[in-house]
Amino acid sequence: MEWTDSAAADEARRGNQQAFRVLVERHSHSIFRLAFRMTGNEHDAEDLVQETFLRAYKQLHQFDGRSGFNTWLYRICANCSIDLIRARKRRNEQQTFTGDSLTVHWLDRVAAPGPSPERLMQSSQITGRVEEALKRLTDTERMAFILRHYEGCDIEQIASALGVEANAAKHSVFRAVQKLRRALEPAWGVAAR
Amino acid sequence: MRHFDEDLLVQAYYGEIDEESRRHLEGCDGCRSEFNRLREMLDSVRDYPVPPRKSSYGTEVWVRVLPHLPAEPPSTRRRPRWFQWWTLVPALAALVVIAFVAGMLTEQRQTGISAKSRERVLLMAIGDHLDRSQVLLTELVHEDPESGGLSGQRDRARELLTENRLLRQSAVHMGDVSDADLLDALERVLLDVANSSSSTASNDLQTIQQRIDDQGLLFKVRITGADAREKGQKL
Repeated sequence: MEWTDSAAADEARRGNQQAFRVLVERHSHSIFRLAFRMTGNEHDAEDLVQETFLRAYKQLHQFDGRSGFNTWLYRICANCSIDLIRARKRRNEQQTFTGDSLTVHWLDRVAAPGPSPERLMQSSQITGRVEEALKRLTDTERMAFILRHYEGCDIEQIASALGVEANAAKHSVFRAVQKLRRALEPAWGVAAR
Repeated sequence: MRHFDEDLLVQAYYGEIDEESRRHLEGCDGCRSEFNRLREMLDSVRDYPVPPRKSSYGTEVWVRVLPHLPAEPPSTRRRPRWFQWWTLVPALAALVVIAFVAGMLTEQRQTGISAKSRERVLLMAIGDHLDRSQVLLTELVHEDPESGGLSGQRDRARELLTENRLLRQSAVHMGDVSDADLLDALERVLLDVANSSSSTASNDLQTIQQRIDDQGLLFKVRITGADAREKGQKL
């Protein structure tokens, strides 16, 4: 019989590590995607995946089942990501958004639907602006945008993952889109001419 | 109906508008034009290329996580009832005073080496110190509270504590707030372990483990140590 997330969490709380294994195997991919999109770095993302599940195991008694297990994991991953990003920012390394050889900047790989010259030109023209815009997003805005735009979470899930009210989550998504738009649209207009 | 503002356009993109708004969007050239501009921009960043992972990735993660899981079931790892945040106030106050005095004492000192060299030496020393602290913290996290005492860790904690104080003072002096903060947090744990008696109560150990957990200390030590070494090597 296949465990639901909630049943597996209950079992794991009682010390059944195989139940926790089920949860790890079930959610590793989505946590990796989230971690990578937050950090833009594969190595950091792997560290975050491991740390997220370790913290989850230790905090299993705090999972009350009101939100989905994946949303609860998103919240832990968000906290880990923000810890890491802030540590980096404080060091002024900003490894996440540099051209470091180990850091493949995701914005450099924002894929256009097709490799048409116009689209490639457009993409290269706006890449710098997108980079600047994302740098200006707060950690919360970036997380809210990633959860909404890439993971397809609804506002309630984002609010739960960020530990904020629904209105605040909605505002974070809006602010993120607004900042991206302000930065991108001028370049978009030039490229479209 | 009023024309769409930016907030409503974003909601429309994510399919969160009601039927009336949807009809307006279909019938209003101005709003639709605005919406199409927004959609084009958001669509352009939708393809976010995440490095692929094999279907067995979940198992790989499990293999990495398993050795680090505490032996005891997670439901038994509760904070002791007597523990409250305010019990830390005296210790925090003392740390603030120590940090202030250390800053005052070291402020005027000058050395013959360049600022860059000093920073490199400090970063490498911090990296090495955090490596050794990470080993100790890992042992503490996995220590069975019923095992009775921290004799295996006490001497090492004392050595690390002395080093930690010097590094923290140096970090404060160099204006490296993030390292100073981390070393502060680490020092509290080291202090508790160094001052533990040979028959440390299981509650004390659980408190230490809880503090390491609550602050994500092990993770921060690992990340900061790696960062410090990397930055030191680059200087």
